[in-house]
Amino acid sequence: MKQDNILTVEHLEMQFGGIKALNDVNFEIKRGSISALIGPNGAGKTTVFNCLTGFYKATGGAITLFANGKQTRVGKVLGEPFQSSDYVNPAAFASRLRYKMFGGSHLVNRSGLARTFQNIRLFKEMSVVENLLVAQHMQVNRNLLAGIFNTPGYRKAESRALERAFYWLEVMDLVDHANKLAGSMSYGQQRRLEIARSMCTNPELICLDEPAAGLNPAETHALSSMIRVLQKEHNATVLLIEHDMGMVMDISEHIVVLDHGEVIARGGPDDIKSNPKVIAAYLGAEDDEEVTL
Amino acid sequence: MSSSINIKKSVIDTLLAGLLSLIVFGPVIGILLDGYDFTTRPSLLLTMVAIVMVGRFAISLFVQSEKGQMMLYKHQNNDDGVIVLPPGHKSKMVYIVPIAIIIGLVAPFVATKYILTVLILGLIYVLLGLGLNIVVGLAGLLDLGFVGFYAIGAYGLSLGYQYLGFGFWSMLPLAAIMAAVAGAILGFPVLRMHGDYLAIVTLGFGEIIRLILTNWTSFTGGPNGVYAPLPTLFGLEFERRAKQGGTPFHEFFNLPYDSGLKYVFIYLSLFMVVCAVLYIKHRLVKMPIGRAWEALREDEIACRSLGLNHVLIKLSAFMMGASTGGLAGVFFATYQGFVNPTSFTFFESALILAIVVLGGLGSTVGVVIAAFVLTVTPEMLREVADFRVLIFGLLMVVMMIWRPRGLVRITRTGFAVRKGVA
Ligand SMILES: Nc1ncnc2c1ncn2[C@@H]1O[C@H](COP(=O)(O)OP(=O)(O)O)[C@@H](O)[C@H]1O
Ligand SMILES: [Mg+2]
Repeated sequence: MKQDNILTVEHLEMQFGGIKALNDVNFEIKRGSISALIGPNGAGKTTVFNCLTGFYKATGGAITLFANGKQTRVGKVLGEPFQSSDYVNPAAFASRLRYKMFGGSHLVNRSGLARTFQNIRLFKEMSVVENLLVAQHMQVNRNLLAGIFNTPGYRKAESRALERAFYWLEVMDLVDHANKLAGSMSYGQQRRLEIARSMCTNPELICLDEPAAGLNPAETHALSSMIRVLQKEHNATVLLIEHDMGMVMDISEHIVVLDHGEVIARGGPDDIKSNPKVIAAYLGAEDDEEVTL
Repeated sequence: MSSSINIKKSVIDTLLAGLLSLIVFGPVIGILLDGYDFTTRPSLLLTMVAIVMVGRFAISLFVQSEKGQMMLYKHQNNDDGVIVLPPGHKSKMVYIVPIAIIIGLVAPFVATKYILTVLILGLIYVLLGLGLNIVVGLAGLLDLGFVGFYAIGAYGLSLGYQYLGFGFWSMLPLAAIMAAVAGAILGFPVLRMHGDYLAIVTLGFGEIIRLILTNWTSFTGGPNGVYAPLPTLFGLEFERRAKQGGTPFHEFFNLPYDSGLKYVFIYLSLFMVVCAVLYIKHRLVKMPIGRAWEALREDEIACRSLGLNHVLIKLSAFMMGASTGGLAGVFFATYQGFVNPTSFTFFESALILAIVVLGGLGSTVGVVIAAFVLTVTPEMLREVADFRVLIFGLLMVVMMIWRPRGLVRITRTGFAVRKGVA
């Protein structure tokens, strides 16, 4: 089952009380691509990410992830209400009960989707290496007795985890800061650490929420090449939200434009650049006015 | 930074402090109840108020002086936050731990019976502090009903002996398991809640346990309490006459009966258990589960985004903490010889929480020190027993100003850098 798309979003709808933050959002992400989700402030980009990663339970539509060799419906792993058909089908009932009790956004990550946050969420009072070790929680030896007696098997697993941590520190150019507190690093370093931390969970799709916000041009440039490395050398599919149009047009193959919770354009960078609807949405400009993105 | 002294400000400060102390001490010291009548004691009250005012005036002047300003400045900027130790750091604990163990093992044979009982109490609070430290200090879950698990351990021993005939050593692990199960039952529904809600639900849990123990008279003996058995040494008992079907220790060895001997034995058993718990705690914080607890305290949303099941991780912290509390309860029951519900009030929960906060959230050494400070000091202050809680409160206020992050600074282990793995 090798799907072409790693993620499909169909008729996604998110309502907060009376506010409809997302309305009939549809898009697909191609496996192995770098795609961007753009749009003015308040368009609903972060809300899309929160729905994808299971932090919000979408009020409508379907999000399907094809990663880790299986198909995952995000709504299902978050726990859905029982349907009347469940009462005659014990297997379906049990599965739904299981997800209701133990389901949640962590299962989305375990099925191959990692993310970073717009306002950085590091474990600030833990060291940089520890941040990366926590991310490998599902891959290390979690047996209590093995850990308490410090068995050889446990030590080996820990050593492997450290190796991976330092591997990602090197990729993200953070090795010199390994033993600092995560919260004491500069903004750009914290952003890179957050990406490294997500990559430690071995995702197939990584969603970056404004990774270049607050970075200077040199740092942004370095970040672009790191994102390319993720795609080329680590088989990661990248979906990013970004306001820096130079960077977006430079690295993404496919762009989805969101405005007021609706998709107003999809396509390659060149289509988007010349799309009058996008220009209007971004600048509130007249359709015929000359603007460059 | 001006070094000129503003007398007017000092006078205002002094008057305010005097007024406040009048309000605080007025009813406490100024009025002496005598049956249905009362007598006033203005002289004592005025002396107290005068002491406070003089003290406040002196502090106010000192703070405004050159030296005082400097001290304040230093305190504002003292960075007693978390630090990461360099990799391969040799902790001084390597020397301190063996010495502490030797002192701990020798102590019961040189100490008087009274000191021994104080030490036992101190160690029981070390256990309680370590248990709550996992929940509050590491996992960041505010638990105000920890005394509930303590009560489950204590009553577990008493009732297990009374109804099932289990002795101390079989009840010790069983009580820990019972407390952990109670923690899981309480935790599963409530751990989805956050901060304040969790605090209130746990507070309610502690009170429910106490009320059940008080009111279910037919099962728990109600306010009268129940007998708790002493630990045995391979069937040898430490009471004058055997109660659990064994032989008394002194008869077996043909010694004269010594009532202090049972405390020596309780102390040694407790000391062993405390050492084991300390070791396990020391390992836990370096293990994946301990890291996950701390990560959860730092940022729950980030944890979920990394595939950590936050409910199960909180639950494991809750259960670990609860089982340690249960162990402490068993020792408390056996040390008292009997248990009743008055030992498990909310004040006890607050005291344990104070130990954890005073020691430094998450710090193991800090908890050990704080547990002894908070249990031994009241014993030394027996003469002023009436003011114990007041002194306790003052101590907390001073601590929060002087070292808001606890007695012992939190350190994190550094890892040797591995280069060239990419
Ligand atoms: N938890 C929430 N509750 C209510 N409204 C929300 C919530 N999250 C987002 N919104 C609303 O959804 C809209 C889109 O927000 P967001 O996705 O953060 O925009 P952006 O595209 O800038 O990331 C905003 O109008 C915001 O007010
Ligand atoms: Mg946003």
